[in-house]
Amino acid sequence: MSVEKKSFLPELTKGIFRENPTFVQVLGMCPPLAITNSVLNGIVMGIATTFVLVMSSLMISALRKLIPGQVRISTYVVVIATFVTVADFTLQALLPAAHHEMAAFISLIVVNCIILGRAEAFASKNPILLSIADAIGMGVGFTLALVLIGSVREVLGNGTYLGFPVFGPSFEPWVVMILPPGGFLVLGVLLLGLAKLAEVRSRAAARAGEEGSR
Amino acid sequence: MSGKLLAIFFSALLINNFTLSYFLGLCPFFGVSGRLQTAFRLGVANTFVLIITSLATWALNTYVLVHAPYLALIAYILVIASTVQFVEMVIKKTLPALFRALGIYLPLITTNCAILALALFQTSRGYGLLEGLVFAVASGLGLMLALVLMAGIREEAELSNVPRLLRGTAMSFLIAGILSLAFMGFAGLFGGS
Repeated sequence: MSVEKKSFLPELTKGIFRENPTFVQVLGMCPPLAITNSVLNGIVMGIATTFVLVMSSLMISALRKLIPGQVRISTYVVVIATFVTVADFTLQALLPAAHHEMAAFISLIVVNCIILGRAEAFASKNPILLSIADAIGMGVGFTLALVLIGSVREVLGNGTYLGFPVFGPSFEPWVVMILPPGGFLVLGVLLLGLAKLAEVRSRAAARAGEEGSR
Repeated sequence: MSGKLLAIFFSALLINNFTLSYFLGLCPFFGVSGRLQTAFRLGVANTFVLIITSLATWALNTYVLVHAPYLALIAYILVIASTVQFVEMVIKKTLPALFRALGIYLPLITTNCAILALALFQTSRGYGLLEGLVFAVASGLGLMLALVLMAGIREEAELSNVPRLLRGTAMSFLIAGILSLAFMGFAGLFGGS
C-alpha cells in the first residue's frame, strides 16, 4: 500500500531504540509506572503486552481490507480486548502471585495507547509480516523500558534484583522508590538523561556537518 | 453505611488518588495540563463520564455478566466507548455551549485508562450502586484535582527560568513525582485504608 518499500529488519529494530514507545513516543505511560516496583513485574507485564500487541497486529493486519473505515476503532478495541482476556486468564493460571499483584493493570492493557496506536498507524496499512515485525519491535522496546525502570526502582527501593539481595544486610532501602512517587521521579530522571544524550549527539552531528562543509 | 461511603469518597479523592498513586489517566495528565482552564474542563468531562460508566458497569454486572463473566473486559470497553459516543451526541444536541467547551476531550475520554479502571475496581471491590456512584464522583474529583494542580504549576513554570534540558516531559514527571510525594501524606487518613 505504501509507496516506499519497507523491509522486515528496520521495522523490527525501530521500536527498540529510535521509536521506543516509552522513552521517545511517551505513549502508554500507565503500566511503566504502576507495576515497575519490581523487575519481575516489569518482565511479566512486558511479555503480556508484547503478546497482545503481536496477536492483535496479526489479526488486524490480516483483516485490514475487510474492516470498514467507520467502525475500525471499535473493531480494533474488540480484537485487543479479546487477546487481553486470553493473556489475563493465562497469567492467572501460570503466575497467580504476579497476577494478583498487578490485577487490574493486566486488564488495563486494553486501553494502552501503544496497542491501539500501532493498530491504527501501522497494522491497518501494512501486510502481515511487516506488522508482526513492527509489533515485536515495539513490544521488545516497551519491555526493555519496563525492565530498566523496574531495575532502578527495585535495586534502590528494595535492595534486591529479581528478588536476590544486591547490597548486603547493611543497606537501608530507599522505600520511596517502590512507592508511587518513585515511579514518576525515576522516569523523569531517565527522560532527562535521554534528553542530554540526544543533545550531545545532535551537537556532535552538527559539528561533524560543519567540518564536512568546510 | 454513611461512614463507609465517606471512607470510599476520601480514599478515592486523596489517599488513593487515581492519577498520583495509581498512575491512571496519565495521558491527559501530561498532555492537557498546559492550561488551567482546559484542565478544569477536562476534569469536569471526566467526572461526568466516570459517573455514567459506574452506572453502566453496575447494570452490566447485575444483569448481563452473571451469565458470562469471561466477557467482562470486552463488555466494559464496548459499553464505555458507546456511552461516551452517546453522551457526546446528547450534549451536542441539548447543550451546544458545553459541547464546544469540551471539544475534542470528550471523545478522547474513551481511551483514558481511568475510566476502564473504575469499572474494574468497582467490580473487584464489590461496590453496589450507591458505593459505585460515590467512588466515581470521588475519583473524578481526584483526577480533576491532580490535573488542576499540575496545570497551575506548569503555568507558573512556563514563566520561570528553567534549565533548557528540563523543559517538557522530563520536568512534568519530576513535578508529578513531587506532587505524588505530597499526596502520600494523606495515607494516614482513615487508619491508612
